[in-house]
Amino acid sequence: MSALELIATTKTYGEIVAVDAIDYKFASGTYSCLLGPSGCGKSSTLRMIAGHETVSGGDIILGGINITDLPPAARGTAMMFQDYALFPHLSVIDNVAFSQKMQGIQKATRRARAMELLELVDMQEYAERIPDQLSGGQQQRVALARALITEPSILLLDEPLSALDPFLRIKMRAELKKLQRSLGISFIHVTHSQDEALALADQIIVMNNAVIEQSGSPMEVFNKPNSEFVAKFIGGHNVLPTDAGKIAIRTDRIKIQKDKAKGSMSAIIRDVEFLGSTVNVAMDAGSRGEVVASVTDSIFYNQPMEIGETVFLKWNKKDAHRLAE
Amino acid sequence: MTEMKTSISGAKLAPGSNLKKLSAKASAQQRTSWYLVSPLVMVLGFFLVLPILTIVIVSFWDYNDYNFFPAFVFENYAYLLTSPVTLATYLKTFKFMILVWIFCTTIGFTIAYFLAFHVRTLPMQITLFLICTVPFWTSNIIRMISWIPFLGRNGLANSALINTGVIDQPLDWLLFSDFAVVLAFVHLYCLFMVVPVFNTMMRIDKSLIEAARDAGASNFQILTNVIIPLTKPGIMIGSIFVVTLVMGDFITVRFMSGGQSASVGRVISNEIALLQYPAAAASAVVLLITVLIMIGIMMRFVDIRKEL
Repeated sequence: MSALELIATTKTYGEIVAVDAIDYKFASGTYSCLLGPSGCGKSSTLRMIAGHETVSGGDIILGGINITDLPPAARGTAMMFQDYALFPHLSVIDNVAFSQKMQGIQKATRRARAMELLELVDMQEYAERIPDQLSGGQQQRVALARALITEPSILLLDEPLSALDPFLRIKMRAELKKLQRSLGISFIHVTHSQDEALALADQIIVMNNAVIEQSGSPMEVFNKPNSEFVAKFIGGHNVLPTDAGKIAIRTDRIKIQKDKAKGSMSAIIRDVEFLGSTVNVAMDAGSRGEVVASVTDSIFYNQPMEIGETVFLKWNKKDAHRLAE
Repeated sequence: MTEMKTSISGAKLAPGSNLKKLSAKASAQQRTSWYLVSPLVMVLGFFLVLPILTIVIVSFWDYNDYNFFPAFVFENYAYLLTSPVTLATYLKTFKFMILVWIFCTTIGFTIAYFLAFHVRTLPMQITLFLICTVPFWTSNIIRMISWIPFLGRNGLANSALINTGVIDQPLDWLLFSDFAVVLAFVHLYCLFMVVPVFNTMMRIDKSLIEAARDAGASNFQILTNVIIPLTKPGIMIGSIFVVTLVMGDFITVRFMSGGQSASVGRVISNEIALLQYPAAAASAVVLLITVLIMIGIMMRFVDIRKEL
């Protein structure tokens, strides 16, 4: 098995630093998500791993081999592109067989192998279609098959779900995870959607301003964000100023009370959003800014709240996390 | 819309009268459609169909040394299709056409490839592209004539070659030769290949190139497996330009061959000069059919509709 290690990997475009000397070790056989807002350097990082972007500084080691300057196909990585980048002039099966054609493998052999991959992604019936005749989800399966035919030890996915509609996105993300588990290879998935990262990843790497802000399992990152940026980006958190610095509290750990109690914080309800099983209550806590509490619908309806009403907020001490400045 | 609904639902109750209403409405809609297409129909009819029709009609007329007059004779065609001169001129024209096509495609593709894939910034691409069009700011004739002092017996090319000691005697075949004709054609028409090919190449998604590289394709394999197949429609459009322009040309052949080479266009031009309009018309009809057949064959190979 082969782990991937980034050592002070840097990408600069002229004066602009896109990726600033990041260090990270991707364990083999894991599903990792590079998460961050656009322009945070996550795509540049992925493209450097893939070999589609030259590395300005540092090294990339895969399975003990320095692949920093190797061409894309010699690295043992394969990339699935954001808009799938299927060849529009080739049939589905020829798209999948493309890399084997480049190696000069006989037509019958490579088509048979491509067919196996199409079966893996359940697209064998569409082998003779051209990409334009497929839906977004089908194109994605073909792109997966095409990337996997090279038998990579790492599959790199650049925002693979962003072109799909929400329903299909959830379906495909389950399939990606299943595929990763059954193949046992590493997937590195770039996304700006925290839902996607939380649902898929064994390891989340949150990036911002060209550096890694935090990395860890989805639970670690979600429960213990170590910076204001991570707390806000991962969502579901309130960031509140206290005398001892900023703290983060999950929105569902905030209790709303009608009566003033010791240590509670007063706030005025500004908005109520019904989300099905939960209700988001947005409040104005004066000098402490905005607070959102996510309460279950049963609690909400037992204790109805009006917009403009003053309420008192409490939380358990262990739910408040001190954030790094 | 509501009117339509009522008339449709009403049709069940009183079929006769309402059906009439319906058909009146349909024919009114049809009339509107006709009005809308009429300007284009008139323009095409007047400037395309009518002239061609006139040529076809005149091609059956008769003529003598000083006049031509309405008739219905097949002599013009009979003479044209049996004359060995026709075959010879067509072969010669085809030869020019094929040579020019080969050079224009090779050079045009190379330039377009360079502009589209090697020049990295859009402003630079546009600048270089505009530079390609600079020669086209002057007339055809000027561009052609400007070759004469360059290629002539004592021209720049010959003097340079003699001065550098490559040759002792000036080369005669540089000017007023088939070489000169092909050279001038390529110079004149290469841009007609560059533009559509460049246009098609610019539409190729750059991630396709990366995907090919990711699959282990070498630069040459990317060219043959991705870029050329995807550029075919552009090449075909450029080819149609080049083929039709060369097939119909008469002035370039006359100027650059010094009157020594024939082409179909020159035959027609000579016949017009001799007031043999019916013969010229017959030649024109045959040329038109030939070119249409050639384009028809070319269209069979590549579907250019998705480019338009």
